[in-house]
Amino acid sequence: MNMRPPRILLASWAGLLALLALTVVGAYQPLGAANTVLALGIALAKALIVLAIFMELRESRALVIAFAGAGFFWLGIMLWLALADFVTRPNFPPRLPGL
Amino acid sequence: MPEPQPAFQFADLRQQHDVAQLGMWVFLATEVLFFGGLILAYSAYRFGYPEGFAQAARHTKIVIGAANTAVLLTSSFLVAWAVLAARLREGRLAAVLMWIAAALGALFLALKGVEYAKEYQEHLVPGLNFSVQEPNAKAMSLFFAFYFVATGLHAVHVAVGIVVLAVIGVRASHGAYSERYHAPITIAGLYWHFVDVVWIFLFALIYLPGRAS
Repeated sequence: MNMRPPRILLASWAGLLALLALTVVGAYQPLGAANTVLALGIALAKALIVLAIFMELRESRALVIAFAGAGFFWLGIMLWLALADFVTRPNFPPRLPGL
Repeated sequence: MPEPQPAFQFADLRQQHDVAQLGMWVFLATEVLFFGGLILAYSAYRFGYPEGFAQAARHTKIVIGAANTAVLLTSSFLVAWAVLAARLREGRLAAVLMWIAAALGALFLALKGVEYAKEYQEHLVPGLNFSVQEPNAKAMSLFFAFYFVATGLHAVHVAVGIVVLAVIGVRASHGAYSERYHAPITIAGLYWHFVDVVWIFLFALIYLPGRAS
């Protein structure tokens, strides 16, 4: 029985734990709005490692990558259109006609 | 073990595997949109009530949350390793790795339970006993409603995954998988990794906001 894990998996695991440590430390630095960007950026990096290496997308057929991307693509459209509404609402307060 | 044969509608095992893999990704795409709807609602309310959400997030247990993140990341690593081992006909190794990963999943749920118990004691459960003496209490209760729905649904996914990993582990220990036939363990792995990805984003949205202020 070969007990040694493949090096790429070990490296990914170490990278994921390092990013976890980084995101926790980063959350306590007073960076203002950049805290949210940092937290989500690191989350995205972790997710990409899991998707590309653990879920083997980096060596998958284009069709599989298209199927995997489709869910995130439509999620992006949903977040984009819905948040475009919520984020800009303060600029367009409701007003009664004639006032 | 008899040589695995493709189901009658497939030309060969390779085609059957490709279809299974694609089918799993279709299912995961629906899961992306399922959790995505929750995250959209969270984002809209967080934009509307930034102080309340930051204040509420400070009440979450970041030590348990970070430990649980490490637990899930580790279990994902073990499952990825198990899938490769199974393809190399290292069935015993694959089984042990799957079972350790399932045990880590159970540890995740146990820690989550500890967290829920603490939040119950601190009167942070909307609809049950939510009461905090802070100016943004209403917005905080919105945050905790999201928190319990999102982590609760995620925990259900983890519970399902634990059973899947354990069962596939048993089959791997009997030498069911090989380079030619490994679709079940591969797509079980895809599911488990996806549950991990969901948690990565939930961790960033639930535990990290408001820590610096």
